[in-house]
Order: sequence, then C-alpha cells, then structure tokens
Amino acid sequence: MSNIRKSFENGKAFIAFLTCGDPSLEITERLVPAMADAGADLIELGIPFSDPTAEGPVIQEANARALAGGVTTDRIFDMVARIRQKTDVPMVFMTYANVVFSYGTERFISRSASLGMDGLILPDVPYEEKEEFDSVCRRYGLDFIPLIAPTSHDRIRTIAREASGFVYCVSSLGVTGVRSQITSDIDSMIGLVRESTSVPCAIGFGISTPDQAAHMAGKADGVIVGSAIVKLCAQYGSECIPPVTEYVRSMKKACLDL
Amino acid sequence: MSKGRFGIHGGQYIPETLMNAILELEDAYNYYKSDPEFNQELTMLLNEYAGRPSRLYYAKRMTEDLGGAKIYLKREDLNHTGAHKINNVLGQILLAKKMGKTRVIAETGAGQHGVATATAAALMNMECEIFMGEEDTRRQALNVYRMRLLGAKVHAVTTKTATLKDAVSETMREWTRRINDTHYVLGSCMGPHPFPTIVRDFQSVISRETKEQIIEKEGRLPDAVLACVGGGSNAIGSFYHFIEDSQVRLIGCEAAGRGIDTAETAATIATGKPGIFHGMKSYFCQDEYGQIAPVYSISAGLDYPGVGPEHAYLHDIGRAEYVAVTDAEAVAAFEYLSRTEGIIPAIESAHAVAYAGKLAPTMSPDQIIVVTLSGRGDKDCAAIARYRGEDIYE
Repeated sequence: MSNIRKSFENGKAFIAFLTCGDPSLEITERLVPAMADAGADLIELGIPFSDPTAEGPVIQEANARALAGGVTTDRIFDMVARIRQKTDVPMVFMTYANVVFSYGTERFISRSASLGMDGLILPDVPYEEKEEFDSVCRRYGLDFIPLIAPTSHDRIRTIAREASGFVYCVSSLGVTGVRSQITSDIDSMIGLVRESTSVPCAIGFGISTPDQAAHMAGKADGVIVGSAIVKLCAQYGSECIPPVTEYVRSMKKACLDL
Repeated sequence: MSKGRFGIHGGQYIPETLMNAILELEDAYNYYKSDPEFNQELTMLLNEYAGRPSRLYYAKRMTEDLGGAKIYLKREDLNHTGAHKINNVLGQILLAKKMGKTRVIAETGAGQHGVATATAAALMNMECEIFMGEEDTRRQALNVYRMRLLGAKVHAVTTKTATLKDAVSETMREWTRRINDTHYVLGSCMGPHPFPTIVRDFQSVISRETKEQIIEKEGRLPDAVLACVGGGSNAIGSFYHFIEDSQVRLIGCEAAGRGIDTAETAATIATGKPGIFHGMKSYFCQDEYGQIAPVYSISAGLDYPGVGPEHAYLHDIGRAEYVAVTDAEAVAAFEYLSRTEGIIPAIESAHAVAYAGKLAPTMSPDQIIVVTLSGRGDKDCAAIARYRGEDIYE
C-alpha cells in the first residue's frame, strides 16, 4: 500500500497545492508541516515551470515569482529533505513534463523517491504518453497520478483501470483557477471511475470555498485546492502561514462535515 | 501507445482535457485526407482563391551577382495573404468545417498566420479569435488591423516575453476552455500529433510543385533547397517531397538573433537540447532545469524556442542541415533582394536568402539552389527602417 492511501483514511481527504518557492523556499518549508498539522491530508508541491500551459493566471504568476526568486529543481529537492525531517504527510510533486525530462527522468524520480516523495502529477502527460514516466515511477515505488477531465468520456475507464495513488478528477474545462460555479457532470465522471478501480478519486480545479469543498467531498474521496491557497501566499507573502493554515483548517472541516 | 513519432520526437504531451479533441481531429483527418471530394475542394481553394501554383522564379540578377549556383525562388510570397501560411489554413479550416466546428482560434507571431486564419475564417463563415504576443502586436500593428478588418477578434497576450511562445500557450489554454465547437488552427508543423503531420501534408504542396517545376525548367532536381525555420512549416513543406532524393541538400535557416553565442537567439537546433513542450518532444532552447528560454529574433515569425519534431528528426538522422543566420545578415539580405530582384522578402524568408548568398558562390554555375520565399516583406518595412535608424510611420 502506498503512502498516498493513508491520505484517504481520515475521512474525506483535503489535498493542498502550493507553488514551491512562492514567496520563498524558506516559507514553503515551514508552510508544509503547518498545513499538515491544520489537516491537509496530502500536499502537492508544485515545481515552477516557465510556461505552465494548464494553469490560470494565479498559478502562472506564482511560477514566475518563484523562478524569478531563483528556485530550481535541486533547491526544491534540498527543501524536501528538510521537510521530511518534520512531517510524514504524504507529498507528491506536480510539475510539467520538461522539468522531469530535462533533469533526467530516472534521476528525477529516483531522487524524489529517496527523499520520501510519494507520487508525481504531470498535467501535460496524458494516458498515451504515460509509460515513459509511469514505468520509472513504478520501479521506484512512486505513484504516477492520472488526470481525467469533463471531456474524457470513454477514456475514463481505461485511465482509471491503470491508476495508482488516486485519480485526479478535473472538475471543469479550462485551466486552474477559482470558479464561482462548477457545472460539469461530476457524478457520472466519478461513477465511471468507481466502476473501474478501487483507487480513490479526488476533485480539483475551481474549488475555493468551504461550501464547494463540502459539496465536492460529498461526491468524491477528496478535494484538491490550489489557486485559492496560492492566492493567499501572494496576498500575504512571508506572513502567509497563519492565513493559509487557518484556511486549510476550515476546508478540512468542511470536507468532514459535508 | 504513443503516436505521431519522428524518431524519438513528436508525441502528444497535452492535458487530458484536449485528448478527445485531438483524437477526433486525427480520425477526421485520416478520413478526409483520402476523400476525393475534400481534396477537390481544397485544390479548388488553393488554385482559385490562394493563387496556386506559386511560381518558381529564376533569380537571374542574383545568380549573376553571386557568381555561383543558379538560384530559383519559390514564390510563396505571391500567395493570397502574402505567405505560405494560407496553404495550411485553408486545409485546416476546411477540415474543421467538415467536422462541424463553427469557431477557430489560432496563435500568430509575425501576424501572417493570424491574417491567413482570419481570411479563411471570413471566407468559410467561421468565428475567429487570434492570440498574439503584445510585443508582436506592436511590431506588426498593421497585421493586427488586417485581422480585425477580416472580422477576427485579436487578443494581446501579455504573459512572459509576450511573443509567439506565449501566444501558443494562451491559445492552448483557450482551447481547453472551449473545445466542443472550436478548432485550433495551429500554424506550424509543431504541437501534439496529429498537427505536425497535418501541417506538413498541407504545406508539402510547396515541394510537390517545386519538383515538377524544376524538372520542367532544368530537367533535373536541385542541388539544394533552402527555407527559413521557426516552427518550420514552410521548410518542411519545401523539403518534404525531396526527402527521398538523397542527392538534394535540405538546408533549414534558423534565426540566430544577435548570434548563437549570445542569449538573444532563437536558433533552436544550434543552441537547444531535447525537451518536451507545447505538446511535443523536440529540441528547445532551455536552461539546465528545463525552463524554456526567452528567445529573441528580429523576426517575430522565427522568434520561437522550439522546432517541429520532424525537423528535429531530420537533424538527428543527418538528412537535413540547419544553419543559423543573424539579424544583421537577414536585414542585409532583405535589402539585397529588394534591390537586386525587385522582390521585398519577409524578414523570416530573408534568413534563407542570406544563407543562399553565402552558399551560392561556393557552388558551380551548373548547380541549382531553390530558396523558398515564404512570405512578402511589406509587413516588415517599418521595422527594418527602424532597425536602420529611420523612424517611419506605417
């Protein structure tokens, strides 16, 4: 059983994304254990990429700020080593294929595994291209997390059947970012996932309020929030730890209360 | 599993949200590419509307002046809308129409692809939105006006370097937002499969005609075919039917910007390394951590940090050569061809003209070079004047 399974053992999971190095790696390092203490069941560490084509403006800008601040993949690995001395919360990297490929796919994944990372999410690697990364992840005991989208339809079963870790269910068309309404037919997407796998299913893209979290937690095994957290980091800068932990606490509570 | 490979390059590295649209496009293309009715309609549009076949013109004065190989110019600049871009756009929009799409979106660098897309969208009564880097909307203000005149909505992309790369990223994002009724008319032989193949096939009309024309005029194949390379669509179109003729040198001319030993360059094959970006595996200008480089060229159409996967493959196997041409060399060639032949080339195409100027004198008069003039240079006059320190208004 992978570590990620543990994330789904405390009721509905709350999964928190942040961009490493925004506002600084030092804050990221302190933020991760604080978010875990506040109830985050799984942390997605975003490794910034110069041209994040699946992201909306909030995370695009966070990526740009982090890179301008001198963040690199190696400095993020060093930070993960320090974080792992403080918390055993399950963690996955979320980044783009070129960050992994250019580092050397095997070198990136083996280093991730040896530092205690649990999985990898690459939004620009669909099912057809996953073997190049998934085969290496399997060898090193990392879960390669697949995404499904409102346009996936007949692909959902195929993708879910080979899923490990969890299935990342993209709630809406478009890129990441806060939305006032989510109109996709989430129930039928999740129904198809459940028919095909026992791996848990978490919903992300567009979720920001406790009400939305409670609503989505009613449908899936977990809720993923990115842009709303990244927005708080942007707004409060180096003072972001208290508001982010407070936010995480309220979102986890919403997931549990339903 | 993985499809659309050229050696190790190509593939489909895109968000899941786009996958069914890409698969639908591939199915439609595979059906229509051998559908006689589709091909008849497309040929009619290319001939009657775009003005094909384009001329293969013997550049006598340039040949005599350089004193070496005979130079022919493949005049894609004479197509309707002034560049090779229309070949691909008419094909893709006709395909989109057959697929039941009612809206097209596209990126543009120099504006030529945007103008061609807006033109074909007007012709075929499709809604059209164009994404263009803000920096390029300034460099190519006239083309922005043209697109609006043709009924398209133009979005200035302000992210990052605000050039072609960012326009591609933003068009991809827009496609994930609205996909059911929308086709993304990718302008170069890049992006996820099937785009590199579709664009190459639609552009290969260039080399099909060149081959027939040169055999008719000279009774033999050329010794070298030259074309400029950004993403590489006019080059792959110019090369394609000559790939099988191993005696024909295929030479792609990349934009070196201020020089390949400076950071201000867009010469991907000279300075890039393998990577995965914008849906494909290929060569990209990037740093040691895979962050895509902010590239530079005087030419907005070549100002792109990657190259189409088929070019990456032709480079790997040594079938095509790729050379780098600086801003200064391209500007000199822009002026040279204007004075010598009375033809103002696009600054993109001037990169190929510049290399022809170096190559021809090293060859003998019984040898033949074909240079593809991918576009006309009217759009560049104001920018080149400014480069020469002359402040003129468009």
